[in-house]
Amino acid sequence: MSETRPLVEGAPDARPHRLETQGLVLSYGDRPVVDDLSVTIPDGRITVIVGANGCGKSTLLRGMARLVRPVRGAVLLDGKSVHDTPSKEVARVLGLLPQAPVAPEGITVTDLVGRGRYPHQGWFRQWGAADDEAVAHALAATGTTELADRRIEDMSGGQRQRVWIAMALAQETDLLLLDEPTTYLDLSHQVDVLDLLTDLNRERGTTIVVVMHDLNLACRYADHMIAMAEGAVAAEGPPSEVVTPELVQRVFGLESLVVADPVSQTPTVVPIGRHHCAERV
Amino acid sequence: MTAYAPSAASRTSGIARVGVRSVRRVRRHARTRSTTVCLGLVVALVVVAGAGLVLGDFPLTLDQLVATLLGQGTTASSFIVLGLRLPRVLTGLLVGVCFGLSGTTFQNLLRNPLASPDIIGISYGASAGGVLAILLLGWTGMAVSGAALGGALVSAGLIYALAWRGGLSGYRFVLVGVGVSALMLAVVDYLMTRADVYEATAALVWLTGSLNGSSATQLEPLALACLVLVPLTLLSGRALLVLQLGDDVAASVGLRVEAARLVAIVLGVMLAAVATAAAGPVGFVAFVAGPIAKRLTRGSGPSLVPAALVGAVVVVLSDVAGQHLLPVELPVGVVTAAVGAPYLLWLLVRSNRAGVGG
Repeated sequence: MSETRPLVEGAPDARPHRLETQGLVLSYGDRPVVDDLSVTIPDGRITVIVGANGCGKSTLLRGMARLVRPVRGAVLLDGKSVHDTPSKEVARVLGLLPQAPVAPEGITVTDLVGRGRYPHQGWFRQWGAADDEAVAHALAATGTTELADRRIEDMSGGQRQRVWIAMALAQETDLLLLDEPTTYLDLSHQVDVLDLLTDLNRERGTTIVVVMHDLNLACRYADHMIAMAEGAVAAEGPPSEVVTPELVQRVFGLESLVVADPVSQTPTVVPIGRHHCAERV
Repeated sequence: MTAYAPSAASRTSGIARVGVRSVRRVRRHARTRSTTVCLGLVVALVVVAGAGLVLGDFPLTLDQLVATLLGQGTTASSFIVLGLRLPRVLTGLLVGVCFGLSGTTFQNLLRNPLASPDIIGISYGASAGGVLAILLLGWTGMAVSGAALGGALVSAGLIYALAWRGGLSGYRFVLVGVGVSALMLAVVDYLMTRADVYEATAALVWLTGSLNGSSATQLEPLALACLVLVPLTLLSGRALLVLQLGDDVAASVGLRVEAARLVAIVLGVMLAAVATAAAGPVGFVAFVAGPIAKRLTRGSGPSLVPAALVGAVVVVLSDVAGQHLLPVELPVGVVTAAVGAPYLLWLLVRSNRAGVGG
C-alpha cells in the first residue's frame, strides 16, 4: 500500500486533498433537499455543519461522500467528480462515518476496525503487515488498544463510537466526514469524541467535516462553520464571525442571546423561550 | 498523505508495537478457531458420508467399503456403492453445500437471520418452475432443472421489485419474500390438484425434498454448477464482509453496493435453484447452516466455508437418519424440516422478546 502510505517523510504526495461542491442539487424523490449549493471545505481544518432538522445538512454530507447521487451539479475531489472516480480510489482519500452505524452480532473491535481496510485490498492484495499496522495505529489513536479483543455489544456507547471512529481511521483517508458522531452520547463522551477529532486534525492534519446538533459545542470545536437553512448555506466562516442572534433566528427560528463561552471565548448561544426568562438586560 | 503516514520513529514506537502484536494475536485467534471448526466439520462429513455408504439392506464393513472405493470390490458391492449409494451421498453433500452457501449469503446480505431462500420463497419458486414444467409442459431431465432455475429467478425478481423502495431493507425483503413463498407454494398445490396420480408422484419431490431419485446422471449437472457457483460465491465473501456493516459504511469504504448486492443475490438464487433442481426444496438447510456455523466459529464474518460444510453435514446426516435410523423411512426434507422448524419458532419468539422483530 505504498502509494497511499508513504513511509518516508516529505514524500511527493504532500499536497492536501480539496473537497468542494458546485451547484449541488440533491433530492429524495422529487423534493430537493440540497438546492444549488456551492461550498469549499477548508483543507486541514475542522468544519462543522449546523442547521435545524430537515435543513439538508446530513444529506449534504452524504452527498459529499457519494452516498446520494446529485440531480445536478457536482462534488469535486481535487477537481474531479467523486461520482466519476472509481469508488475505491475515492475511499482511499475520503471516509465517512454514517449516523448510528450497526455492527454485526459478536464482532470484535479488531475485526470491525480491520474492515476499514477494504479500499486498500483487492483480489491480489490480501491482508498484510501494512493492514495490521494501520489497525494498530487506529486503535492507539482512539485509545482502544486495550479493547482489541472485546466484542462491540459488550461496550458502552462512548467506547463504541471510538471504535467506529477507529474503523474510519484505519481507512487512512485525508478527509474524514462524520454524521452526528455525538448524538447518542452523554455530555462527557461528546466532549471526548470532539477532543479526539481535534487531536486527529492537529496531529495528522486530517480535514474533518462534522454534522452536529449542539450549537455551542459546534462553536467551540469548529475552525469553520457552515450554517444551513432550507437546503442552502445561510452563512459560513469562523464561528466568532458567523454566529449572531440574527443567524440563530434565521436558521433555527429561535430568539437568543449570543455571549462568549467563558472557557473557550467562542460564541455561546443562550436560547430565549417563552418561560423562565428573567428581566432582560 | 504524509500527514497520515506516521514517521519511521513513531511506527516502531512502543505503543504501536504492542498494538500491532495484539491486532495480530486477535486475528490469529479467530483464524485458528475457524480453521479448527472447518477441519472438525470435514471429519464429521467423512463420517456421515461413510455411514451413508455402508448402511442399508446390503451392509458393508469398512474394509469392504475401502476396497470398493478403490475399485477392488465385488460386482455386487461395486454396483451398490458406486452405482446407488455414492451418487446419493454426493448429491446430498453438494445440495447441502449449495443451500448452506445460499442461505448464509442471503442472511448476511440482508442482515436478517430469516432471509434464507427456503423462507423467502426462492426454493419454492424453483419448485413451482419444476412442477410447471413436468405437469403442464411434459418436460423431463435437464429441461426441468432449467425451469426450476427460471422459477427461482422469477421469484427473486418479484421479491426484489416489490421490496425495492429506492433502496433495499432486509426486513421488507423478508416480508415480501414470505408472501412470494406462499404464492409459489399455491402454484405448486394448484398444479398438483390438476395432475393425475402418476404425474403427481413424479412431481412430489418438488414439495418435500428427497434424495430417493438421485443418480449419477442427475449428479453431473449439479457438480458442474457447483464447480462454477461455489468459487464465485466464496470470492463474493469479501464484499459481504463490508455489506454486513450496512449500505452506508460499505459505500464509504469503496464498495459499489448495488452491483455487489445484485451479484450476491444472483449467486444465492442460482445456488438455491440448482440444489432444488437436484433434490427438491430440502427445507431449513439454508436457514440453519449459517447460524450453526457462526455459533461454532464464534466469528462475525459471513463464515461461508463453515456454512457450506454445515449444510453438507446436515443434509447427508438427515438422509442417513431418514433412511436407516428412524422407525419409518422418511425423505430427507421431512427430517431437516423436523429439525429446522423448532429453530425457526425459537428465533421468532426470541426476536420478538428482544423487540427487534427478526
